[in-house]
Amino acid sequence: MPTRNINPFTASSPAITSLDAMNEKKEPARRSSFSKVNNKFSQLFSTSPKSKSNDAATLQAALVAQQHALYNSPSPQINSSTLSLPTICLSTATGEKSPMEPTTLFQPPSPTEARRIARQHAQFGPLGSQSHRYSSKFEGTEFAEPIEDEPPYYFLITTYISYLILIVFGHVRDFFGKRFRQKHYRHLKERDGYAPLNSDFDNFYTRRLKMRINDCFSRPITGVPGRFITLLDRRSDNGNNTFKLTGTTTETLNLSSYNYLGFAQSEGPCADATEQAVKKYGISLASPRADSGTSELAVEVEDLIAKFVGKPSAMVFSMGFVTNATAFPALVGKGCLMISDELNHSSIRFGARLSGAMIEMFRHNDMRDLERLLREVISQGQPRTHRPWKKILVAVEGLYSMEGTMCNLPALIELKKKYKFNLFIDEAHSIGALGPQGKGVCDYFGIDPAEVDILMGTLTKSFGANGGYIAAEKHIIDKLRVSNAATLFAESPTPPVLVQIASALRIIIGDIVPSQGEERLQRLAFNSRYLRLGLKRLGFIVYGHDDSPIIPIMLYNPAKMPAFSHEMLKRKISVVVVGYPATPLVSSRARFCVSAAHTKDDLDRMLAACDEVGDLLQLKFSSGVAGGAEPIPEGISSDMEKEYGRQAGRPGKALIATPPRWRLEDVLKRGVEDVKVPLR
Amino acid sequence: MDLHDAQSLVLRLINDANAQFQKVPGSAILLRYIKSSYQDDPVRSAVELFLFLFAVRYLLAPTYSTQKQKHVALTEEEIDELVDDWTPEPLVASPTAFEELENEKRPVIVGPTGPKSKLSNGRTVTNLASYNFYNFIANETLKEKAIQTLRTYGVGPCGPPGFYGTQDVHMKTEADIASHLGTPACILYAQAFSTISSVIPSFSKRGDIIVADKAVNYAVRKGIQISRSTVRWYEHNDMEDLQRVLEKVTKEQAKKPLTRRFIITEGLFECVGDTVNLPKVIELKLRYKFRLILDETWSYGVLGRTGRGVTEQQNVDAAEVDMIIGSLSGPLCAAGGFCAGTEEVVEHQRISSASYTYSAALPAMLATTASETIALLQENPDIMVQLRENIKAMRGQLDPRSDWVKCTSSIDNPVMLLVLKAEVVASKKLSIEDQEFLLQDVVDECVANGVLITRLKSMPVALGSGPSDQGWQPQPALKVCITTGLSKKETEKAGIVIRHAITKIVTRRK
Repeated sequence: MPTRNINPFTASSPAITSLDAMNEKKEPARRSSFSKVNNKFSQLFSTSPKSKSNDAATLQAALVAQQHALYNSPSPQINSSTLSLPTICLSTATGEKSPMEPTTLFQPPSPTEARRIARQHAQFGPLGSQSHRYSSKFEGTEFAEPIEDEPPYYFLITTYISYLILIVFGHVRDFFGKRFRQKHYRHLKERDGYAPLNSDFDNFYTRRLKMRINDCFSRPITGVPGRFITLLDRRSDNGNNTFKLTGTTTETLNLSSYNYLGFAQSEGPCADATEQAVKKYGISLASPRADSGTSELAVEVEDLIAKFVGKPSAMVFSMGFVTNATAFPALVGKGCLMISDELNHSSIRFGARLSGAMIEMFRHNDMRDLERLLREVISQGQPRTHRPWKKILVAVEGLYSMEGTMCNLPALIELKKKYKFNLFIDEAHSIGALGPQGKGVCDYFGIDPAEVDILMGTLTKSFGANGGYIAAEKHIIDKLRVSNAATLFAESPTPPVLVQIASALRIIIGDIVPSQGEERLQRLAFNSRYLRLGLKRLGFIVYGHDDSPIIPIMLYNPAKMPAFSHEMLKRKISVVVVGYPATPLVSSRARFCVSAAHTKDDLDRMLAACDEVGDLLQLKFSSGVAGGAEPIPEGISSDMEKEYGRQAGRPGKALIATPPRWRLEDVLKRGVEDVKVPLR
Repeated sequence: MDLHDAQSLVLRLINDANAQFQKVPGSAILLRYIKSSYQDDPVRSAVELFLFLFAVRYLLAPTYSTQKQKHVALTEEEIDELVDDWTPEPLVASPTAFEELENEKRPVIVGPTGPKSKLSNGRTVTNLASYNFYNFIANETLKEKAIQTLRTYGVGPCGPPGFYGTQDVHMKTEADIASHLGTPACILYAQAFSTISSVIPSFSKRGDIIVADKAVNYAVRKGIQISRSTVRWYEHNDMEDLQRVLEKVTKEQAKKPLTRRFIITEGLFECVGDTVNLPKVIELKLRYKFRLILDETWSYGVLGRTGRGVTEQQNVDAAEVDMIIGSLSGPLCAAGGFCAGTEEVVEHQRISSASYTYSAALPAMLATTASETIALLQENPDIMVQLRENIKAMRGQLDPRSDWVKCTSSIDNPVMLLVLKAEVVASKKLSIEDQEFLLQDVVDECVANGVLITRLKSMPVALGSGPSDQGWQPQPALKVCITTGLSKKETEKAGIVIRHAITKIVTRRK
């Protein structure tokens, strides 16, 4: 496959945008087309196409294999009907695919065709090489918590000082503002007998801290949030109070959308099916599920989801938030206890508060704390009356969206057997994104879904649609259908959304366009590990588990949030920065969401940008305890290393913690192969 | 003598201590201070000494919790035993007969929904159970526009509005709704049902006061519950009672610091079907300095000449209402909800409304559809006239003519709620549950005769709540939704079927 063998960023030109469609597409392609001529021969003589010594042969083998298998691959450029790139006819080499003119060696695409292809690739990048795939699966025996590295104290202290300065300045500005610019503060004061809608105190953080970096949030976009995302440029003349659209757009690399499997596409099988659905079914069902909003599509999608997650029954909702908000009141109530991870999503808290059940929290992913809590609550019973609890529901998330950590499912199942609680897993981010078949955390850990009582998830993220689902035993779902408020009163999911879900699911399972789903899953797994490893090696503090497609890097100082966001935007990359109150005060972070739509080149571009920005903003402060170390010497396996570690009294940590500060070239050179062994 | 020895020892000790004390820098000042303060005020010295001793004791005291401890100390073995003994209830209770029936009877529509829908049992029925009032579902132009959007934007926006989920089409839809209603701004939510549940708690906090109509729908109730504000209910649509409650609240709160106060009511009531008396509510709200949250989920796109809702119907300036919440999912045949108000109201929600900030944005194609349908309503208000004709035709068959049911909905409401007349309920001694069963039989009978209608669903009761705290429940009712997709004649025909079905089922019961 045409790959850019040369990294365009060694020249460290920040202005490169890979969307200068014509130039960008042709130039590397031509390069590779020549390499292919050579490769063809080497491929013929190569017995092992995966041999590392011959990268070119690998690429060539990949091309041939894909032409056999992937007629409708998500990497659209090998689709013979849409050949975009200058092509070499392979008929002489492979003896197949003869319909092409054998004499044609070079076929430039027509301008319209080229535009179409550029558009397609902007939504879903072509797979660079078959080696850029990996299967996300838990290996090993004990699921260890990721090590959270800490920065030098200097950064923590300056972070606190920064907040202090921000707050002091905020109060000073308020002090003078309230006296000299009263009309700006009118909304915080009593007005002819009405209390202010915003209290002055609650509003302080938004007004004085968030407002400064408001341009990093809610950036409006247009078009498909796929591999690239098109931002509408905007400008503020009044300190981010209001924005004006300038009328121009910027196409940026998208590391911000939850488009894990790359199904945010306006073409391809999903979009085609959706178009058909709109034509046949119309746009809406205009009724709640319980009245006349249950269409055959909903039933079909529910069956598909149930089959996919491995539960007997499932139900779908038109919004993920509401799925949680209405599920808990239907499951627990007075006399029941709900135990929730402290970092659970707002929707779980919303639902829990509505349910009227007692709520307890345990420390994030801390199974010891959970066990301590369980022993205490079961032995003490309900407060005051000391009656035994009616039931205990433990709610965790499969993958935490701010931390990139996964729940420790094996340990939870152990505890569940002992303490007889019910387990609810919110797979909002993990469904589709984890596991060799994309079936979420159960798949990832190889645990029978029957062990978990309720699997909830959203359809917004991996499936590129909208809504949520709950999967459980049939009797539970049957009960929820009649007692869940969203089924009774809320609008049903619309036909186009349902069909998008169904076709995305079918692709993942492999029912339609076989092997495309697998490619998406494996590319996501590869991309997640590749970027994570690269960032660790560059010296960033990265949170979360290795296979998580959510990759937060720590920024600490509040001023680095806008600085990072702006620097990345300058390099045409969209990222999400998060700070207090979504995270603890000190640990402001930037969060990258990897997608199957990204190519390795995109991630290399990302790493190059991070490398530059990391130097510029002093973000490389990892100490080496959390990974990114030099590869293990020849002849030592990672198990042996772990054993040494245990003997040396520091299990799970690298033997020698030297701060990793790899050069970018080395990171890129070693990345692909090192991704496939346990990361270190 | 011993005593003497001891005395001299003590004296020596005191002398030594004194000498040591003198050596400490600043001791002279302290001594002088104590001496002079004693001279001035001996009581003060005593108090100071006491405070000093207390401070020492406080600092030395072991830490303790301020909570009242009801903790029973147990050994590890005892805990193990208790854990083994504990048997939880099953996660869900076994279904009741009525719930089983409901699951079994839920219609499944095959193919497109519309005025004539095909059910999974193969029958084609007249569909009077969906909010497809103007039959926009069958509109080919809308479909084409939606497909165009699909081909530009894909389906889902794959992210919450705050993180690159705000698309230009969302901003356009917001502007369209705002200009339709005549409010300065508007915010678009991804689902109508969750909109108000999230709007209320984003403004009304603990300590704030909400005065709400007794008959508000489930979503409003949940919003009020999550806000943890103080709630006062007034009798459904009883303006005198509202005034009484407002008066009382104002009096009670007169001495306290000013808090936010809200009146929450619906435009068209989901559970009863009647219309709010908006001018009166506005008058009271202005007099007592309350803000008004108006849930127009069922009236937006229905009431008024161009479907602007209750404000247009009753000639009230939409800007007088502080927050108007509406739905794009019912008659507008798109999806999502909105809240319209001033810039301040809208911008505040963008950061503090849970179901906006923590949920993915509305799919682009549904947002553009909403924009299109709003334009359609504005361009041809005739369809609204036509709808009202159909409502009249249906009412002609049911309300005065049926001996058994009456329609609680207002005359313009295309969702006709039919409840059993009080005398019928009394003479047949029907409990709420009996009425539910009876009405379900009517629904079945109608479906058997080719007309799909549905029942008003009762609000789910919180688990584990006793009969006393279940709150207000609507009277069981049949729900008949009128559509312009049917001609006047077809509507009348369907009305006759419904009337006969009611008569048949009710008379069958002794």
